[in-house]
Amino acid sequence: MLRVEDLHKSFDDFKAVNGAHLTVESGQLVAVIGPNGAGKTTLFNLITGQLQPGRGRILLNDEDISKLPPHVICRKGIARSFQIANVFPRLSVFRNVQVSVLSQQKLSNKLFRPASQIAVEETGRILESVGLVDKKMDLAGSLSHGDKRILEIAIALGNEPELLILDEPTAGMSPDETATTMALIQRLAADQGLTILFCEHDMEVVFGTAQSIMVMQQGGTIVQGDPQTVRHNTEVQEAYLGDE
Amino acid sequence: MFGELIRQKSFGVSLAVFLVLLLAPSFLPRFYIYLLAVIFVTALLAMSLNLCVGHGMLFQFHHGVFYGVGAYTAGLLLAKTSIPWWMAFVAGPLAAAFAGLLIGLFCIRLNKLYFGMLQISLGSLIWAIAFRWYGLTGGDDGIHGIPIPDFIASTTGSYYFVLIVLGICLFLMYLILKSPFGSTLQAIRDNPERCAAVGIHVRHHQLKTIVIATFFGGVAGVLFVVVEGSIFPDLLFWVLSLEIFIMCLLGGWFTFAGPILGAAIIVSLRTFVGTYTEYWTLILGVILILLIFFLPEGIMGYNYRQLFRSRTKYAHDSQME
Ligand SMILES: Nc1ncnc2c1ncn2[C@@H]1O[C@H](COP(=O)(O)OP(=O)(O)O)[C@@H](O)[C@H]1O
Ligand SMILES: [Mg+2]
Repeated sequence: MLRVEDLHKSFDDFKAVNGAHLTVESGQLVAVIGPNGAGKTTLFNLITGQLQPGRGRILLNDEDISKLPPHVICRKGIARSFQIANVFPRLSVFRNVQVSVLSQQKLSNKLFRPASQIAVEETGRILESVGLVDKKMDLAGSLSHGDKRILEIAIALGNEPELLILDEPTAGMSPDETATTMALIQRLAADQGLTILFCEHDMEVVFGTAQSIMVMQQGGTIVQGDPQTVRHNTEVQEAYLGDE
Repeated sequence: MFGELIRQKSFGVSLAVFLVLLLAPSFLPRFYIYLLAVIFVTALLAMSLNLCVGHGMLFQFHHGVFYGVGAYTAGLLLAKTSIPWWMAFVAGPLAAAFAGLLIGLFCIRLNKLYFGMLQISLGSLIWAIAFRWYGLTGGDDGIHGIPIPDFIASTTGSYYFVLIVLGICLFLMYLILKSPFGSTLQAIRDNPERCAAVGIHVRHHQLKTIVIATFFGGVAGVLFVVVEGSIFPDLLFWVLSLEIFIMCLLGGWFTFAGPILGAAIIVSLRTFVGTYTEYWTLILGVILILLIFFLPEGIMGYNYRQLFRSRTKYAHDSQME
């Protein structure tokens, strides 16, 4: 479904992404791992159009999307969350999710119908599936860090994506919250047949959940494969597992 | 579609105020009726600006230009052609919205302050045309004694006309802010990057907002002609744009009705304290400094919301369904 080929991105002289390769098959749960600064966030920003690559191709269902702006890429079926909680702080939790549902249903430009009567069911269903129904009246800015991260995922679900990209969905969470969030992600993948690509710097979190793992270091891909293959790859052991 | 609106607590209050204002000409002296009409016109102008500023975080620094374009279009058509009055009245807002689209197309490429700066330069071009093109616009003097249709020519007649048009426009703006379009606009205000990532074409949405806001600004311009029967270049001058910007900040720019309050305060001050003199800009400057001084984070942040929580409803209150 998604194929990233030899991707490069430099900030001034610094090569943040330097030869990244990635394949995501439909229905898979794929993880990108690598230490902080490996270029995971930059890779995701390239895929979803926040950044433009210097070189390389990003193919979504065989179409090159590497030059498209974020909103077009989203409409092609990729939704995402951000590493730093990125919600609409002055809007209610409900409206946060509704905004993306409205966008998905191409209703964002409706002028004279009250939004409170549109897409209510769909929005409610999403809030229920992530467990935020009780807080739907709260202002998003007033949520706890963990809830903001969950809300992020809910906003992305509003787009009914083919591919859901999550940038360190458990960053800054307590061990409990981390477990809940990983369970949620696995449930979304299983129940809704979502294809999910996420990244993590914590190995533990990844090996239990992902079907395919891509290991990044200094902007480049070391290897991608199933957890067994990755665990036994000597290069990975030297470069990554070795320092633990 | 009206049900939700009628259930709102503030709806009853608004209706009561509207009824009192309908009766006002029977007990207020003529001068105050005139002053109220001026406040209504200015309130509509400030409300239209706040669609951009408060709800869209678009720094529409020279919104007065679109007011001027609306007023000049209607005024010139009434004074120099024989087309029916209502066509002139419709042409005003349309011309303003068209000017909004043209200037917006250039400005929208820039962010925040740069957006506002470019708008000031482009707006000043339009002011210069009104100021210099003596043959058409009467230059510095403007045009006075513009023929207004009889039924709204008297002080009371124009008062009622302005009041009713203001009521309709406020109702429409309210609907727009509560609509999916308005919700999306407020989401863009809060976080444009996130909006793009959920598939919203941020710049298009902002441009549409500018066109809508400048349309209402043009309506206010037409109402000005109805009340004053004249047009002059000060309508497009930057001082007026600063005034209405301050009205939004003063009244509460994250609230729905805040700019009306701001307009009432500033217009009253202008009427009783000073007209367009150097002292008036000084007073405006002091007001702006006081605002920034007492609400240091208010200009960009949440303070207005806390300050006005008890007094005015938020534009996005009904999100708390
Ligand atoms: N906008 C930017 N400008 C300059 N350097 C950047 C920028 N974004 C990321 N970097 C650098 O690129 C490297 C990779 O960053 P990032 O993709 O955030 O890594 P990760 O998400 O794997 O922790 C880091 O060294 C970071 O400092
Ligand atoms: Mg990162």
